[in-house]
Amino acid sequence: MDKLVIGGVKLESRLFIGTGKFPSKKIIPDVVKTSKSQVITMALRRVDINSKEENILEYIPKDCILLPNTSGARNAEEAVRIARLAKALGCGNWIKIEVISDNKYLLPDNYETIKATETLAKEGFIVLPYMSPDLIAAKRLVEAGAAAVMPLGAPIGTNRGLKTKELIQIMIDEIDLPIIVDAGIGKPSDAAEAMEMGAAAVLVNTAIATAGDPVKMAEAFRLAVEAGRLAYISKLGPEKKFAEASSPLTGFLNEGEK
Amino acid sequence: MSFYSEYLKYKNFEFNKFLENITSSDIFRIINKDKIDEYDFLALLSNEAEKYLEEMAQKAHRLTIQSFGKTILLYTPLYLSNFCINRCSYCGFNIENKIKRKKLTFEEIEEEAKVISSTGLRHILILTGESRKETPVSYIIDAVKILKKYFDSISIEIYPLKEDEYREVIEAGVDGLTIYQEVYDEDIYDKVHIAGLKKNYRFRLNAPERACKARMRNVNIGALLGLNDWRKETFMTGLHAKYLQDKYSDVEVSVSLPRIRPHIGVYEDIYPVSDKNLVQIILALRLFLPRVGITISTRENQKLRDNLIPLGITKMSAGVSTEVGGHSSKTKSDSQFEISDKRSVIEMKEAISARGYQPVFKDWMHID
Ligand code: SF4
Repeated sequence: MDKLVIGGVKLESRLFIGTGKFPSKKIIPDVVKTSKSQVITMALRRVDINSKEENILEYIPKDCILLPNTSGARNAEEAVRIARLAKALGCGNWIKIEVISDNKYLLPDNYETIKATETLAKEGFIVLPYMSPDLIAAKRLVEAGAAAVMPLGAPIGTNRGLKTKELIQIMIDEIDLPIIVDAGIGKPSDAAEAMEMGAAAVLVNTAIATAGDPVKMAEAFRLAVEAGRLAYISKLGPEKKFAEASSPLTGFLNEGEK
Repeated sequence: MSFYSEYLKYKNFEFNKFLENITSSDIFRIINKDKIDEYDFLALLSNEAEKYLEEMAQKAHRLTIQSFGKTILLYTPLYLSNFCINRCSYCGFNIENKIKRKKLTFEEIEEEAKVISSTGLRHILILTGESRKETPVSYIIDAVKILKKYFDSISIEIYPLKEDEYREVIEAGVDGLTIYQEVYDEDIYDKVHIAGLKKNYRFRLNAPERACKARMRNVNIGALLGLNDWRKETFMTGLHAKYLQDKYSDVEVSVSLPRIRPHIGVYEDIYPVSDKNLVQIILALRLFLPRVGITISTRENQKLRDNLIPLGITKMSAGVSTEVGGHSSKTKSDSQFEISDKRSVIEMKEAISARGYQPVFKDWMHID
């Protein structure tokens, strides 16, 4: 499969996974294995480096790229502080910016996200901002130095699928960075759909973590993501919006040519 | 505007008439709705709704997993002092009760912190009785500075503060506030708070909002179930949580559901709240406010607590002592109330895992 390049790193897998919400941290290694994910996100607020048993980092295979997120940040300043802490704790220099000042729907604050992206990109972080799909905000994120842009498909945890499809498609068409659909993906078919549209990757947490069998569900998502990508690079036939009419209305224009 | 004006809207509402008129088809319609309003919420607290607890439970379970995953956050309370100037008829720390009073010295606080943090807990809730003389804000701040070395999240459950005082404690490292209105019914409030500063209903009612204004991260509210009809009190608790969530959307709002426990100096006039009622309360709250945290303390017994886990609970206490110095000291005080679930942190951890949930020890860190 064609590789995804982010921040100079070539990735085989286009499925990123989250680590929150699992019934037990112990199944994370198996989930990573069946998903074949190489980029794993975790909330820095949950990382407890003082406890071997409770430390989530102990459950993530060493060859994966850690993508700590700034969950809990209410504004740019807090996101920046959390990112710096993540680096200081040895989580590398990838960071997923998550600025949420709305605990009711958990929708991201694009404005503060852009500010945080700018600061952190300047400090050398590989910044992956989570955002509400909006073309103009995405352009600002590009200018601010983001390494990829992560629009939501539906609010976090809702499993509703690609509710923001049209907006994400515009971003895929217009933005020159990888577009990674984050949040809202509830089923493997949603992931496949995002990939068919040309998304560079998808990030899935709730749908895998809360499945009856997370390990198998991770595999289902891997297959869906691969299938969707394959369909995209094989160029899907164009969808015909209108059936071709048997008696064309503009046929007379060609009559003289007969 | 404050929550008091919301309270007034319902002060003379005919709860019983409304609740009696709820039919099974109302309940079905509400359970199948995506978003429910306050009247729907109240309907879910009706007698009729009690017949559909299983249906409500299935939905509550699903909603909780969506928002919180299969996780339960663990914390423990740390009693710093039981000096109190108030006379609350339902509390063992009541000034009238002849109990052993004690206030921890800073050395003792450090001792307690060491013992508690060695169990793996990273979230702590510090409590005092209400005495600005014995435990002034400066004492709380000094305690927080010590505890910061051992814990990632520090919440307070103390007398209500002014907004700038909330700012000061936040500055020192506090990220959560727990304050119960005890009882939303203003007349009962006046009756059970016999004497002391706590008689000021509105100063207490507005405390959570003052904390939100001061940019507190987590605000946990609740009513002491048993002081009034639980249906009305749960309804007001839900409205209060929604009011805070709507107005201060960056605050993580949660509710606790403490039922009155036996203590020294027994309070007689109790409205019973059965286990079934408690379950209905949890489920109705979850359906009304899918993203609000719900805490259950060790006031409840082991079996019930374990069974409540999949119904919508997000936070539980473990390894609890309600005595001042209860974790480390040989000279303990008398306790605020008797705890029922006496399991250690390790035992709680195992019980949660056995239910297929992940016990979470750390969900915040100091970021300044
Ligand atoms: S409830 Fe609080 S204020 Fe009332 S007596 Fe007990 S410790 Fe004091």
